[in-house]
Amino acid sequence: MTDSSKNPPLLSVQGLVKEFHMRSQRGGRRKRVVQAVTNVSFEVARGETLGLVGESGSGKTTVGRCVLRLIEPTSGTVTFEGRDLAHVDVEEMRNLRRKMQIVFQDPYASLDPKMTVGASIAEPLVVQGVPGNHEEKVVSLLELVGLAADHARRFPHEFSGGQRQRIGVARALALDPALIVLDEPVSALDVSIQAGVVNLFADLQARLGMSYVFIAHDLSVVRHIADRVAVMYLGKIMEIGPAEQVYEHPTHPYTKALLSAVPVPNPRVERQRSRIMLEGDVPSPVNPPSGCRFRTRCWKATELCATVEPVLEMRATGQLSACHHPEA
Amino acid sequence: MSAPVLEIRDLTVTFTTPLGPLAAVRGIDLDVRAGEMLAVVGESGSGKSVSFLAAMGLLPKTATITGSVLLDGRQLVGASSKELRAVRGQLMSMIFQDPLSALNPVHRVGDQIAEMLQAHQKLSDKAAKARSVDLLEIVGIPQSGDRALQYPHEFSGGMRQRVVIAIAIANSPKVLIADEPTTALDVTVQAQILEVIQKVQKQFGTAVVLITHDLGVVARVCERVNVMYAGRVVERAEIGDIFDAPSHPYTRGLLASLPQAGVERLSPIAGFPPNMLRPPAGCAFRARCPHAVAECGETLPTLRQIGASHSACIRAEEVLTSS
Amino acid sequence: MAYDRFVSHRAAVVSVFIMATLVIFVALSPFTARYGVNESVQAPPNYFLSPRANAWLGTDDIGRDLYSRLIYGVRVSLIIGIFSGLISVAIGCLIGSVAGFRGGRFDDVVMRVTDLFLAFPFLVTLLVMRNMIGGISWLKPITGELNSVRFIIVLFAIFGWMGVARIVRGQVLALKEREFIEAARAVGASRWYIVRRHLLPNSIGPIMVALTFSVVSAIISESTLAFFGYGPQAGDGATSLGILVGQAKGAVNTGFWHLALFPCLTLVVIALCINFIGDALRDATDPRLQRDA
Repeated sequence: MTDSSKNPPLLSVQGLVKEFHMRSQRGGRRKRVVQAVTNVSFEVARGETLGLVGESGSGKTTVGRCVLRLIEPTSGTVTFEGRDLAHVDVEEMRNLRRKMQIVFQDPYASLDPKMTVGASIAEPLVVQGVPGNHEEKVVSLLELVGLAADHARRFPHEFSGGQRQRIGVARALALDPALIVLDEPVSALDVSIQAGVVNLFADLQARLGMSYVFIAHDLSVVRHIADRVAVMYLGKIMEIGPAEQVYEHPTHPYTKALLSAVPVPNPRVERQRSRIMLEGDVPSPVNPPSGCRFRTRCWKATELCATVEPVLEMRATGQLSACHHPEA
Repeated sequence: MSAPVLEIRDLTVTFTTPLGPLAAVRGIDLDVRAGEMLAVVGESGSGKSVSFLAAMGLLPKTATITGSVLLDGRQLVGASSKELRAVRGQLMSMIFQDPLSALNPVHRVGDQIAEMLQAHQKLSDKAAKARSVDLLEIVGIPQSGDRALQYPHEFSGGMRQRVVIAIAIANSPKVLIADEPTTALDVTVQAQILEVIQKVQKQFGTAVVLITHDLGVVARVCERVNVMYAGRVVERAEIGDIFDAPSHPYTRGLLASLPQAGVERLSPIAGFPPNMLRPPAGCAFRARCPHAVAECGETLPTLRQIGASHSACIRAEEVLTSS
Repeated sequence: MAYDRFVSHRAAVVSVFIMATLVIFVALSPFTARYGVNESVQAPPNYFLSPRANAWLGTDDIGRDLYSRLIYGVRVSLIIGIFSGLISVAIGCLIGSVAGFRGGRFDDVVMRVTDLFLAFPFLVTLLVMRNMIGGISWLKPITGELNSVRFIIVLFAIFGWMGVARIVRGQVLALKEREFIEAARAVGASRWYIVRRHLLPNSIGPIMVALTFSVVSAIISESTLAFFGYGPQAGDGATSLGILVGQAKGAVNTGFWHLALFPCLTLVVIALCINFIGDALRDATDPRLQRDA
C-alpha cells in the first residue's frame, strides 16, 4: 500500500459496496440483487496509475462509475482530496467534478454526433462556467493529444476510432483534472492503434502529473502503464499491489490463472507453457458463491474456502491478496 | 501436399455506398488445406471478414463479388441461392463473434442443433435429437441431455459459443470459418473455446479458418498465417516464420506494437488505416511504412515467394534483414 | 447525407413541390383568388354552376366561386394544421423528454396520464371536450370563441401531443445511456442542460416526422369535425377545407359533382403529400443509417 503517512492519497475508497436491484423474473417474490461491488478498498496517490483488472462481472466498471459518482454507491466511502463525496453539497460536488474526469470505452458513443469536435472538447468549460473564449484552449488540447487545430470544426463521424478516443482524452483534460478514470479506453481499438493511445496516456501523465485509474480486462496493456494493479473477481479485490510484483509473483490463484490465460504472441513460448485451465464460466453476481467467491473454479479450494471468506493479507512479496492458500 | 479444400483466386468485393464504391477486398488469393488451422489476421478495414462472408454468399446485394471461390471443386461465386444453401452448414460453416445473436432465443438449444442436422441429412426427429445431445457433449457441455432442453439465455457466454460451434460442425463440414470467435469472451473462457475448436478440428478433420486480430491466439493454435491489410493479403507464412522472421513491414509493425514484457514504451504503427473509398495508388501501407520508397506508390504489389514465405513487399529482402 | 436520402424518395420530392405550390397559392391569396370568399360570381342564376371560364371549379349553392373559396379554405386549414401541430409537438417534446430522462416514478405517472389521454376515442372526446371547454368562461381569453379557429387549434393541441411524447420519450430512453450523456454528467451538467443540448438535438429526426404527421392529423380531424358540423364557423363566411368537404355531402346526391370532387381531392392530395414527406424524413433521419466514418 502507498505510504499514506507522508502524503495523503488523492483518492481513497473504503468499503465500497454497490448493489443493483433487478425486477424478479418469472413472477418470483424475491427481488434479485446483483452484488456488483462488495467491500472494495484502495488508494490512489498523486501522479500514480492504478490498474483495475478483471473479467466480465468483476465490477471494475461499476467501481469507476462510483468513484466519479456517476452511480451512487450503496455504502462505503469515496474520499477525494480529503473530502468525503457522500457528504458534499451540490455546489461543492460540481467544483470537485472539475478535478476528476473519465474517458470511455466506446469511441463511437462517447461523443455527441451532432456537436462539432471543438464544441465537445469545450463542453466541460462551458458547463463549469469558465469564462472567456475557449477556442485557444481547444486548439491547445487538440495539439496535446496529437490532432490538428482545424479538426475542431469537424464532426465525430469524420474520424477513426483511435482519433475519437484522442478527442475523448482532450475533453477529459479540458478542466485540468487531478484524476482521470480510464474505462477500458483502448479495448475497442485496433491493436496497432492501442499502442499509440497508451503512449499518449503515459506522456500526458509525465507532463501533467495526473493520476489514473486504468480499468481494463487486458492484462498486458495495463502492465505498461500501471504502477499498482488490483485484480477483481465478482465484485471483490482478490489481489492488489505493485504492478511488477503482481505480474511476476502473483499470490492469488485467480491472478495466476488470469496471467496464464493471456495468450503470448510467441508460438514457441505459447505452446510450451503449462497453462492453468479454469473450468466453467464466471458465476452470476446475483448469487455469488459463499466464502471465497473464486472457489468454484479454483483448483485449490477446500472446505475452509466455502465457509470463511478470506480477507486481504499482506504477503512477503509486498502485495495483498485474499486467499486461504496463497501461491508461494 | 493435399489439394486445398477451399481455393480463393483473385477475389474482389466492392460495396456500392451512397459515398461511392468501397473496395473492401481488392484481389486476394488464398488456399485452405484439408484439416489445417489457418489464421487470417488483420485489423479493421483489412477485409478479412468480408472475404469469407463473400465466400459464404452472406453479403448484401450492395456487394459486387468477382473472382473464384472453389469449395471442394464447386464454384461459389455467382452460385444460385439453392446451391449456396446446400453448401452452407454442410460443406462449409461459419461462426461469429457474438454467440447470443447467433442463437434464436425462443427455441431450445437442442432443437437448433437438430434443425441444422435435418436441413442436410435425412434423420428422424428422434435420431436428430440424439445426435444433438452427442454434439453438445463433444463441445464440452456437461449434462448435455438436460441442457439440450434449455434456451440460449440459460447459458453463459462461453457455453453459448460452444453451442454455436456444435451447430456449425453438426454435419461435419470440410471448412469451419471462425470470425473472431473469442473476442467477445473473457480471457479465461477464451482458452476453453480455442481448445474446443482444436478438438473439433482433430475429431472431424475440419479445416478451420481463424479470423482474428489477436496474434496471441494465432500463436497458440494456428499452423499457417495470412496477414491482410487494406483488402489485400500482404504476407503468408508458416507460424514460426511469421513471428520470427516477418517479411512485410505491416507484420513487423503489428508485432512491434503488441504489449510485451520488459518493454518500457510501446511502438505503435504511425498514421492511420487508409480510406477504402479512395484507396491509395500502389501499396496501401506506404504512408505508414518505414521502408517505403518511390516505387512503392507505382503499382499494387503482388505476393511473391521469399524463402518459405510469401510477401507483398517489393523490399521484402531488406525488411527481413533489418532488426 | 440525410438530404441525399430524402431526395431519393421521388414521391416525397414531388410532394414537396406540390405542397410548396399550394402554400404559395395560399399565401398570395389576395392575388391568386379570383373572387372574395363571399362574392358572387355573376348575377343570378349563379348557383351550382359547373366549371367554366369565370368560375374555374364551378360555384356553390349561393353562387360563390369554388376555386377562390378553396384557396381561402385551404389557408384556414393549413393554419390550423401547422399551429396545432407545432404546439402539440412542443408539448409532447417537453413531456416526453422530461419523463424519459427522469425515469422512475415520474416517468410511470406521466406515461399513465398519456395512456389515459390516448384511451379516449378521439372524435368523441373532441366533441365532448369542445362543449365542456367552451362552457368554461375564464378560458375564453386563451381559447377564443367556441367556433373560432383559435379554439380548434387549442383543442387539437390538448389532444394531439401524446404520440409525440411517446416518440420523444423512446428516443430519450435510448440516448440516455450513451456515453456522451454520461460525459456531460461527469462534467457537472444539469439535467435541463443535457435535455436541451444533447437529447433534443439528437431526436430531431423523429420529432420532425412526428410534426408532419401531427399536421396531417390535425387537418384531417378538422375536416372530420366540419363534416359533422362542428368545425370553425366564423360568421363572416370564412370557410375551411373541412366545411367545403362537408358541403360535398349534399352535392353527391344532387349530382353537382364539382362541389364534391375538388374539395375532397384537395384534402386527399394534401394528406398524401404530407405523409410522403413524413415517410421520407423518417428514412432520411434514421440514426441506424448514419454510422459512417
